[in-house]
Amino acid sequence: MESKTTDQVSKSDGATLWTRRKFLSYTGWIGFFTILGVWSIALLRYMFPRVLFEPSPIFKAGTPADYSVGDVSEKFKETQRVWILRDENGIYALLARCTHLGCTPRWLPAENKFKCPCHGSGFTKEGLNFEGPAPRPLERLKIYMGEEGQLIVDKSKKYLYEKNEWNLEGSFLELKA
Amino acid sequence: MLKKLRKVFKSISDSYIWKSVFRHDYRDTSRNRILQIMSNVFLHLHPARIPAHAVKIRFTWCMGGITFLMFLVTAVTGVILMFYYRPVGEYAYADMKYLMFDVPFGPLLRNMHRWAAHGMVITVWLHVLRVFMTGSYKSPREFNWVVGVVLLVLTLFLSFTGYLLPWDQLSVWAVTVGSNMARATPFFGSEGPFNPLTGVTARYDARSALLGGTLVGPPSLLRFYVLHCIAVPLIASILMAVHFWRVRKDGGISGPL
Repeated sequence: MESKTTDQVSKSDGATLWTRRKFLSYTGWIGFFTILGVWSIALLRYMFPRVLFEPSPIFKAGTPADYSVGDVSEKFKETQRVWILRDENGIYALLARCTHLGCTPRWLPAENKFKCPCHGSGFTKEGLNFEGPAPRPLERLKIYMGEEGQLIVDKSKKYLYEKNEWNLEGSFLELKA
Repeated sequence: MLKKLRKVFKSISDSYIWKSVFRHDYRDTSRNRILQIMSNVFLHLHPARIPAHAVKIRFTWCMGGITFLMFLVTAVTGVILMFYYRPVGEYAYADMKYLMFDVPFGPLLRNMHRWAAHGMVITVWLHVLRVFMTGSYKSPREFNWVVGVVLLVLTLFLSFTGYLLPWDQLSVWAVTVGSNMARATPFFGSEGPFNPLTGVTARYDARSALLGGTLVGPPSLLRFYVLHCIAVPLIASILMAVHFWRVRKDGGISGPL
């Protein structure tokens, strides 16, 4: 009882590469998985909306004249979670988020350091972590001069010291005092 | 009088309509017992006969079944709660308050939902413990153990997503902390290891997919609601079907050696 399938018959007499049946089967399954794949990618992209209704990460921080050399300004700490600092070379903005687990540190002028109330992480005025469990320095945020001479901070652009990004344009605004 | 009543009932139960719904009667014969079970979609989940070891509570703890019961309670109370709750930032907390103070039996339903949810988490862990302690993950039940682990993760995720829905301080901060962990995922989190390889940013990463944005806000509430009420229960139901099916096919509930 040796009846061959259509596939075997075509193979044995070498007339065709594929049978009609095989061709349709392959086409069907490839089509099915292609469509499935494309739909999966579309679904993934669907999860990320193009427009968010969240407060803008960019805010105006006054003018350089508002900050004197050596200042640690907490003017925007409550509303924006940012410290504005000025040293002899210029102005920079630090994100008030502890790099340990995300609490908001405090600036202690008497001890000249930032101290996190959650687990005791300590940061220098520059933002470098020197005590406690914080693994990385505080992050700097993009700060630049606007058209009318006002300071603009963009919280969506971060500069990490450990990635040598504090040399980059935007992490620091040079100003002669 | 009673005879007349019995006659009436007999004429009903002999009718065409009755017999189309209730196929078999309650005669206590072996054959009839099996017929009743096999012809019922809910009952036939169980085998028609169970061996003596299946009711050895000391061994089985019955935690798997109790977990399923908890799931059913949360599902039913959850659906009922859906009549009053809107997953919108502006209304969510107010609707929860409304349920608690202005809806008759609202507190009962909400509390049942919460207790059953907590209960489900506890019983599912006990079930895992029992299966492990009795070696019931061994051959031929290895695959079912894997399915069970996935169900465990889904149960915990249901708890996580459900916790956001009251939209109070506890909800928002708990989800903030939890979703911050998503940011540290390898490859797919914007602050995790290997993230430069996939090009994820804070705007497009695993965390923002979960939250529908960069912070826990109204889009997150809606997303968590859909996950909590539709997506995860659907997937969990399918996997539970597989899980129960595998128990039957692998030789029924495990017993002592």
